[in-house]
Amino acid sequence: MRHPLRTMLAVCGAAALFATGCTSTAPEEGGDDGPAGSGTGQQSSFFVQADYDEQIAQRSVTPTGPADQPWLQAINPQLVDTAKYKKAGKHTICFSNAGVNNPWRVVGWTTMQAEAKLHPEIAALTAVDAEGKDDKQISDIDGLLASKKCSALIVSPNTTAALTPAVEKACQAGLPVIVFDRGVNTDCPVTFIHPIGGYAFGATAAEFLTDKVKKNGKILALRILPGVDVLETRWAAAKVIFDKADVDVVGVEFTDGDAAKVKTIVNDYLERHGSIDGVWMDAGATSVAAAEAFEDAGQKVPVITGEDQQDFLRLWQEKKLTAVAPTYPTYQWRTPILAALDILAGKQVPKEWVLPQPTITEENLGQYVLPQLPPLHYALCGCEKMPGFPQNWGGNQ
Amino acid sequence: MTVTAPPPAAAAPERPVSRAWRLLRAVPPIWLVLAVVIVLIAWRNPTFVEPAPFLAFLRRCAPLAVLAAGQVFVIIAGEFDLSVGALVTAVVVVAARLSDGDPGNTWWLIPLLLAGGALVGLVNGLVTTRLRVPSFIATLGMLLVLNGAVFLWSGGAPRGSLADNFRQFGRFGVEIPGLGQLPYAVLILVALGVGLWLLLSHTRFGHQVYAAGGNPRAAALSGVDVRRVRTAAFVISGLSAVVAGVLLGGFTGVTAEAGVGYEFQAIAAVVLGGAVLGGGRGSVGAALAGALTLQSVFTLLNLLGLAKSLRDAVQGLIIIGAAAYAAHRLRRSG
Repeated sequence: MRHPLRTMLAVCGAAALFATGCTSTAPEEGGDDGPAGSGTGQQSSFFVQADYDEQIAQRSVTPTGPADQPWLQAINPQLVDTAKYKKAGKHTICFSNAGVNNPWRVVGWTTMQAEAKLHPEIAALTAVDAEGKDDKQISDIDGLLASKKCSALIVSPNTTAALTPAVEKACQAGLPVIVFDRGVNTDCPVTFIHPIGGYAFGATAAEFLTDKVKKNGKILALRILPGVDVLETRWAAAKVIFDKADVDVVGVEFTDGDAAKVKTIVNDYLERHGSIDGVWMDAGATSVAAAEAFEDAGQKVPVITGEDQQDFLRLWQEKKLTAVAPTYPTYQWRTPILAALDILAGKQVPKEWVLPQPTITEENLGQYVLPQLPPLHYALCGCEKMPGFPQNWGGNQ
Repeated sequence: MTVTAPPPAAAAPERPVSRAWRLLRAVPPIWLVLAVVIVLIAWRNPTFVEPAPFLAFLRRCAPLAVLAAGQVFVIIAGEFDLSVGALVTAVVVVAARLSDGDPGNTWWLIPLLLAGGALVGLVNGLVTTRLRVPSFIATLGMLLVLNGAVFLWSGGAPRGSLADNFRQFGRFGVEIPGLGQLPYAVLILVALGVGLWLLLSHTRFGHQVYAAGGNPRAAALSGVDVRRVRTAAFVISGLSAVVAGVLLGGFTGVTAEAGVGYEFQAIAAVVLGGAVLGGGRGSVGAALAGALTLQSVFTLLNLLGLAKSLRDAVQGLIIIGAAAYAAHRLRRSG
């Protein structure tokens, strides 16, 4: 899911040649969405009430499976039979990867490779990197099928609609297909693995803010860019929460994921409003930049939301921030390998494998701060006990 | 390098009005555009021109302005440098890994980065002048090489972190009573701007840069080593990209996105400043003004609440308009 977002960024960047940089921001509330009473603008066209309700409910469901191995857990699993895929001997697992072009995917991919090494029954993990291109991923999948070496095929789709036909073709070839992270518009894969989702992410962050910010407090929402479903759902959920609460959303701004732009926007809002009581982020990669903008302006960092990247968690711990970090855990990269082995052993797997999506709070922050790891490492990799940790994840002994 | 013919009254004893007019025409028009844009911003948002917000604005413009001041040498010499954005990214990622948050590393790290930037510029220059690869291709290749090398070295996610004394250049400043914080980035920008202006407009080397771009054959015949001058221009651009990278990395912290798209913004700023692609014309001051104008136009378009897609289109039109205007003036003045 991170990956199409990066592609979009690249496309926008190229189209707009000059879009990044030291731009200042509009003081008008609501931005391009037109005026609205609560300051949150119109609801996203991606919003689906039933999905929202389902994800909100899933947050409080106790998942099945071992609590200390969340990548093996599942929420409300509907098991399917896989006896027809049972296969003896050693396996070649094939993986069509959308890309490894951002830290989230780098951590995930490293973790998946480590998982594959844990299993002697895997003869080889053959991975092809689509470098963020739909057309390349489609031909990658064709190539893997043509090689006839795959025992099972794992796909992390670049975009949903474009990859659906390619995944269908793989299903027709008789291979067990496992899709994870972002979905496809077909139920032919044996299992679809993903954490709860964007509504749960956005709502958890928004609820924390409405809970901690004073009545009628001023909230600034920072989004990466419009039109990407996984990010739209995060914001859509936050909007629902903010609209119901006594808060004043003074601005909803797009940052392109650019730290310089984030600092600029926050600075502009501070100049205009004097103070801001809370910052909602749709992804944590620029949370540190947002927090620094307050420090640079000589102000205390307000209530802020982030994600499980180390730089934010360290800042949170050092400066004793009032913060919360919903996550989109990278440990989901372990699950497809385990699912593939289950399927090839003829064991039942959930048709839709919904993984738990933990939230980092002040209480459990300590266990996720890992000083030996690089600043852009995602803490919820589930990789701490794997061989090669932490060096293979870029850390120091 | 004059741009327009003197007014017809120049021979007669000057009246004050025509004298003022002539002085005004001597100012590169970009400064007037910049003044108009700033007035418009101040009209929409009066706090913008107060000292602290304005200095903050200058601080965030500093990386691009430094890049533009280096790029203008290359463009006047008749070439392009498309590798500067990738070089900025490389500086941030390499600095984070080597610094590793240790303030003791900063003193050797910055000279090392500068040496690296000079080396990149030298390679750009040698490939362009000795191997006769058009600079558009040579520096585009360098862009890809740098991006690939950074990705390979970092494995896709930057490691390490920048020490506070490294970040201070882009992030902090000197406290001045009554005025607030005067950012180091602004001081560096002013010092560098003055230095590069002196180099381009008041030295023999500067004249050779203009000559190498304006008419390389004539320059060569009059004893200018065109290849060496052009290579030196690339080295200056590489060094300025390192300074921009240090400022930007200081401002934002470690990200792999630092510098993306900056090569186009830098060229756009230089063009806005009236330089002519193809060489021979331009100045450091006007390039700086071009960078500030570009950024204040973004600010203004944002303040006016234009949709992002419309903003992009308007920016494109401004660039094309500036280039067309520069070409028009070139024809008029022969």
